Formats: sequence, structure tokens, C-alpha cells
Amino acid sequence: MKSLRIFFLGGLMSYRALFSFMSPAVFIPTLIVTPIFQILLFAYIGRAANARSDEFYVVGNAMQYAAVPCLFAMTQTIAGERFQQTLGYILVSPAGRLPLFLGRSLPVILNGFFVAGFSLIVGGLLLGVTFPVSSLLPLALVVLVASLSCTGLGLINAGLGLRIRETSVLSNILVGILLIFCGANVAISSLPHWMAQISSWLPLTHAIEAARTVADGSSLTSVQGLIGRELGVGVLYAVAGLAIIRFFETQSRRHASLGIA
Amino acid sequence: MTRSARVFWTGFVLHFKNLSASPFMMVTAAIWPLVYATLAFLMFRATHQAPSLLYAALGAAVMGIWSTTATSAGGAIQQQRWWGILEILVASPTRLILVLAPITTAIAGIGIYSIVSTLLWGRLLFGVPLHVEHPLLFVVSIPAAVVSIGLLGLVLASTFVVYRSASNLSQALEYPVWTITGMLIPLSLLPGWVDPIAWALAPTWGMRAVRHAAIGGDVGVPLLVCAGLSLAYAGLAAVLLHYFEHLARDRASLSLT
Repeated sequence: MKSLRIFFLGGLMSYRALFSFMSPAVFIPTLIVTPIFQILLFAYIGRAANARSDEFYVVGNAMQYAAVPCLFAMTQTIAGERFQQTLGYILVSPAGRLPLFLGRSLPVILNGFFVAGFSLIVGGLLLGVTFPVSSLLPLALVVLVASLSCTGLGLINAGLGLRIRETSVLSNILVGILLIFCGANVAISSLPHWMAQISSWLPLTHAIEAARTVADGSSLTSVQGLIGRELGVGVLYAVAGLAIIRFFETQSRRHASLGIA
Repeated sequence: MTRSARVFWTGFVLHFKNLSASPFMMVTAAIWPLVYATLAFLMFRATHQAPSLLYAALGAAVMGIWSTTATSAGGAIQQQRWWGILEILVASPTRLILVLAPITTAIAGIGIYSIVSTLLWGRLLFGVPLHVEHPLLFVVSIPAAVVSIGLLGLVLASTFVVYRSASNLSQALEYPVWTITGMLIPLSLLPGWVDPIAWALAPTWGMRAVRHAAIGGDVGVPLLVCAGLSLAYAGLAAVLLHYFEHLARDRASLSLT
């Protein structure tokens, strides 16, 4: 019961306290307006290059933008404790680490889902891209899985944030890597072989491919393999992220370096 | 005049060095444009109807200049406030615009790193030919573009001075300006109503001057419009700063966030 309370209430409270994008003055320009313009920019570059359809860029960029709230929020809600000088209190508490840190990821996943879903709908409306009604629920599921796997990467980022100072720089670099490698704007088949190899181990790659397949009218069962792989990548990153957080916690106790970066 | 130029230049050099030491700004200026350059190269080389790779490289480079401006210039005054020096700057005998213009110009100026990194990236990894059609005009076009974009940043900084979340509002302009100023897209592809907005924005003309100097085309008109817009932005910023400075003095709200 206590663990559940820490997971749900503690997670939500930490998210609201530490994720600085939650103010409307930040949330609207950063997580509502910007993804729409990212979709428009790449759709028009696609038109200029006569490369792919608008649907390709709407789906790819809407899904990819889930990375921004997931990476930044996950980092801020964990590594942010250090900047607020509350990390010490958290780590000396007897609370279990799993509900303590994993609970913070739940609002992050939901926010990522909202941002990607909103971008998909509005970007589609602006560019006249329509999705079959039968694809809406499967699309929602794929977006949710994409947010989950991005949050897994966010946990790694958060863990590193316990050691390094420039967490926003790291988040920006990761967002850039995902933008190039995950197939949001360039199909994986068009990437050089070594890039395609890397992309299959990154979050979003399989989800974007699944979303495009579903948006074209295919059934959910036809993409269950892709969804499974996306989930697997997400869980892998989440486990690695929790291990990194644990490692740096132990290291900071050993070297008395908790608040130092 | 000499004194004003000295204040501007000293401020520019100081802030350019300061910004060059910031990991966040260096990532924004030198690394982030490589993401867009890489994507543009991969997208453009996949088809034969796309613009040239040098077109893409130059576009991504000027995107970097606007990127640093959009992410930081809007919050330039807020930054001085957080550092606790805004009151000192306002109280100094130098006019406020001469203190702030070097900051926003230096913010745009570190976009010079994006030009170097993007062109080198394109050359080394994608074999983009770096043949410049008019080298002298190219060298003149770059500072003209930087100054005009920096002064547009000054307009943003002075407009957003009363808003606490100025930098976020300013950042939200990053993608729209990239899109409507034709950095990677020919303007003819965009809806017609976008044209007047694009013409009023310095990055449109800065981009055009740099691109024409490198690839070929008329450089004189874009350069002149760039210079004209720079003067207009400076005048507008002076008026806005004068108004907001007096408003802040009247309300005693200069140091409030």
C-alpha cells in the first residue's frame, strides 16, 4: 500500500513540482506550438525534395516529438532533486527506489502521449492528412508505447543527470539523435547501413514504423511484432536507467558527492 | 559616434567570449544545426528533383544563427535581471540599446560556429562541394546576416521584456521562422499569404544573400534589404526599450521577475 502511494501520489507530486514545462507559458509554446511547426517544416522540406507524402512526416514527427517531454520531464523530475537540494532527503528516506523513481515516469508517459497525439491530430488537420477511423485506437496504443519507450531512455538521461551538470544539453543531443536515426523524416531503408543498425536499438523506430503501417489501414495484429520490439527496447532502457540511478546513488554515498557535479 | 561604436564592439567581444564558453550555446550553435544538415542531406540526395546539397548546407548554417537567437535573445534582458545587473545597466550613462544590442548580436554571432561546423560536416561526411561563386560577397553577406538577425533578436528582447517567460515565447519562434524564411524550402512552395511576413524578416534576406553569394544570383538587393531591415529593427528596438524602461521605472518593477 505504501509503495502504491509513493508510486502514484509521490510520482504525481514530484512531476508537478519539478517539471518546469508545466506552466502554460512554457507548455503551450514548447509542447503545443513547436511540434506542429516541426511537422510543417519537414512536410514542406519533403515537398521541396519531392521525397515522401505529408502523412509520412506528420506521423514521424508527431511521434518523434514525444521524445521532448519524455526526456526533459524524466530528467527534471529525478535529477531536478539535486538542483533543488532535496536529493539527499529523498535518498535517506526508507522509500523503495522502484516506486520512488518509476512512479515519476507515469505522468511523463501520459504527457508524452498527449503531446504526440495532439501533434498527430492537429498536424494531420493542417496538412489535410486523414486517418481511417479504424486506425485511431491502434494509433493511440502505438503512441502510448512510443511514449513509454522514450521514458525508458529518459530514465537513463535522469540517471546521468545525477552526475553531470548540463542535463538540458544531454537531452537536446538525445532528441537530435532520435530525430536523425528513428526514421521520423528519412525512412530506415534509406539510411546508411550502420545508421539503420543503430536505429533498431533506439526508442521510437519501431513505433513510428508501426504507426505508419496502422495509419495506412493495416490491423493492429499486423504490427504486433513492431510493438513488441518497441516495448522491449523501452523496458531495456528503463532497466538500464534504474541501474544507472542506483549506481550513482551508491557512488555518491561512497564519495560524499551527492550534491556535487 | 566613436564612443558608441567602442561600447558596441567591447560589449560584442565580451559576450561573444562568454557565450562561447557555454556548453548549451555551443551545442545549439555548432551541434544542433548538424542534425538539420544531416536530415536535409539525406532527404535531398534521395531524389533528383531536390535542391543541391550546398543549398541544404547553407540553409542549415543560417538556421543555426537563428536558432541561437531564438533560444536566447528573447530572454536576454531577463538574463541580466537574474544576474542582478539590469538595474546597474539601466542606471549607467550609456543608452540601454547600446548595452543590449551587443548581447543579441553576439548571440546571433556565435551562429558563426554553425556555418563552420555545417559546411565542414557537409564537406567531410557528404562530399558537398564548397565552391563559392562570389567569395568577397559571401564574406560580406555573413556578417550582414548575423547583424540583421541579431537586431531582430533585440526587437524580441525588448518586446518580451515585460514577460517572465520571454525566452519560451522566443524559442517558439524557432521553427516558424525556419519555415517561412525559406532556409530549406523555396518560398514559392509556401502559401502566398506567407510572403509579406517573410519579406519583413531579416533571416529571409540574410539567407538569400548568403545563398546567392555562394550558389549564384543577385546579392545586392538582399544585402541592401538586410541593411535596411537592420536599421528598422534598431529603431523599433530603441522605441520599445525607451517605453518599457520608463514603464519599469514608474512601476519600480525593473528587478522583479
